[in-house]
Parts: sequence; structure tokens; C-alpha cells
Amino acid sequence: MIKYPNKEEFNEIIKNNSLVLVDFYASWCMPCKMLAPVIEEIAEEYDGKVVVCKVDIDENEELANEYNIMSVPTVVIFKKSENIEEIIGLNDKSKYTRSLE
Amino acid sequence: MENILDVAIIGGGPAGLSAAINAVARNKSVKILTNKSNYLQKAEMVDNYLGFHNISGKKLMQNFLEHVQSLNIAFEYGKVINIMKYNDIFMINCNGEIIHAKTVILALGVVKNNLLKNEENLIGRGVSYCATCDGSLYKGKNVLVYGNADDIIEEANFLQKLGVNVTLITAKKELHDIHKDINILDGVVTEIVGNHKFEAVVINHEEVKADGLFLLRNSIAFNTIINDLDTYNGYIQVNRNMETNISGLYACGDCTGEPLQISKATGEGLVAAQNAAKYIDSLKEMK
Repeated sequence: MIKYPNKEEFNEIIKNNSLVLVDFYASWCMPCKMLAPVIEEIAEEYDGKVVVCKVDIDENEELANEYNIMSVPTVVIFKKSENIEEIIGLNDKSKYTRSLE
Repeated sequence: MENILDVAIIGGGPAGLSAAINAVARNKSVKILTNKSNYLQKAEMVDNYLGFHNISGKKLMQNFLEHVQSLNIAFEYGKVINIMKYNDIFMINCNGEIIHAKTVILALGVVKNNLLKNEENLIGRGVSYCATCDGSLYKGKNVLVYGNADDIIEEANFLQKLGVNVTLITAKKELHDIHKDINILDGVVTEIVGNHKFEAVVINHEEVKADGLFLLRNSIAFNTIINDLDTYNGYIQVNRNMETNISGLYACGDCTGEPLQISKATGEGLVAAQNAAKYIDSLKEMK
């Protein structure tokens, strides 16, 4: 299940879960739409192991600024609240799953 | 899913056009995605294309285009930003619009721009290739716009209208229709400065700082268009069937390597199209 957290919920999620994947996206961004089904698949496959979130950067400007998002889509992976990897742009599913493994 | 093309051809030079007519001859639906400039058009004289001695590049290109147009093959003018394969279908982001296709033929020509120093490290970290994609992220910020793209002024105007403070760096003397609030800086960028985040460009040995840099070129290096594509010496690796290492993805013409000649390009275009057609038919059989 994909979560759409606001700022407070977001901070809770990365604090309380060991592995979190966050897709920073925008409604007007075409590559983000291309990536959406990939993220959905990852959320299903890693259900129970990874918490998958999507953050709309226009609705959550503070979060986007905090994580220095300068291009969408940007996927950030958090391990124990720590930002361990940033994957910019559109990539094959394997690139995301490799980082999760 | 909406319309899925059989063959999407990226590039409208001799290789792409040859691939197009040969894919149509195999009853495949085809679209050519291309920008409007082309090296052949600029060649003064072509003297080694069989049957057409002493012909100008412009005239030969015209003949090629007339041939393609006589078959009603669709063109889409724009810039392909990236391509992703997902569940056997290619999704192509062309000017922020997504086109779906079963196969893709890359006929990109030679990408004549060398990457700037630090460019690769800073893509998505303040360096962008696409104003329509990333422009909104820079509202109220200062950005530099630089490159050889034909539509660079339109793109700079687009950013300015979004509310971005634009400085256009250009060595061009004549600038038409440019938004009055855009700053112009004369020069050539030699280096990008920044560590994990774009900071500045170097022009005439001086740093010019900004929040972002839009690098707008007519062609984008192919390793940034699609992930994990095998290359050698800056060219795309193909076999005799013009297959790349990604199934359903073909390449032909100058982008596959030397000799950079028209007859090689048109020949490879034919081989790529025929094999793409075979691949599509094999997909059908599997289902």
C-alpha cells in the first residue's frame, strides 16, 4: 500500500520504519507518471518490508526543499531515518530494487 | 492502454527515414520523432551515394523526405528526453508527452556535443535538460539557460513566464522575440561548478552563480536517454541485426559508429526495421 503523507506523518514514518522509499513527484510531470506503475509494483512486492510513500512536491514544498529536490521524479531511500540513496529521474525497476536489497 | 505504436523511430535523418519506409513496408505502424535540424541538410555536396552523383545534401534530404511523405508516415517534432521499457512496452517521453511503442529504433545521428565538466554528476541536482519538466521547481529562483537548441529562446521565455528569473548565456549576436526581462550574458560555458549540487558555471574564466542551469541542446547524449544501454567509444553497441543489448531496442546510422556515411545509414535503417518487424511478429505469436 502506498502512503501519501504530509510533513508530520512523513517524519513519523521515516523515524518508525527501518526501510522507506519515497517518490517525490509532481502532478504535471510526465516522467513521474511513467514511473508510477513501477513504484506501485515495488510497493506490492516489498509489502511488509519497505514502506513506500509518494510526496507531491507542490503540496509539500517544505519537504521538497528540506530534501533538496531539484528534479522530479526523485526517489529517496531511507534506512533507519538516514537518507542512504537518491535516485534521480526515470530508471528501470531493477535500479530501485537493487538499492533496497 | 491507449495507442501503442509498432515502431517509434527517434531521429529523422537518412537512417531513421530508411527505417520508417521499411517498417511501413512490413505493415507496421510507425512514427518518427525528430527535431528539425539535420546534418545531411547542411552537407554541400554528396558524391558517394549510389545513383545520385553530385547532389547537394539539401536536395538528397528533400528526396528522402518526399519518399517518406508519399507513404503518409507521421512525424512528431520534439525532443526525446527519456525512454523506459516497462512490461515489454517502451514509454517515450517526447516534450513531456508519453508515446508508447512495442519497439524503438534509435537513429540519433552523432551527438556532437561533449559533456561539460561535472555535467553528469549534477544532472537532477540543479542541472536540467528539460524546461517543461523541471521549470516549475525554480519559480522565484535564478537560473542560467545555455545550449545550442533551436528552440532555446522559446524555452527561456517559457521559464521566464513561469516566474523563473532567467539569464540566457549565448554567443549569438541576433536574438529575436526574447522576453524583455531575460538577462543576456555573452560567452561560452567551459565548466560547471558544484559538489552534489549545482553552484555556478565558468564563463571566460569567471564563475557565474545561480540556483540552476538548463542545458538545452538539440540532441541529448544517448546514455542519458535510456538506462543500461551498451556503448563503445561513444557509439551504441549493436550486432549485425542492429539489435542493442535491450530487446526491442534497435539502433542504426551514425549513432552506431563509423563510417558516418549515408549509404551505411540507410542500409542499417532497413536492417533495423526488418528485425523490429520480426520481433513484433514474434511477440504476437507468444500471446
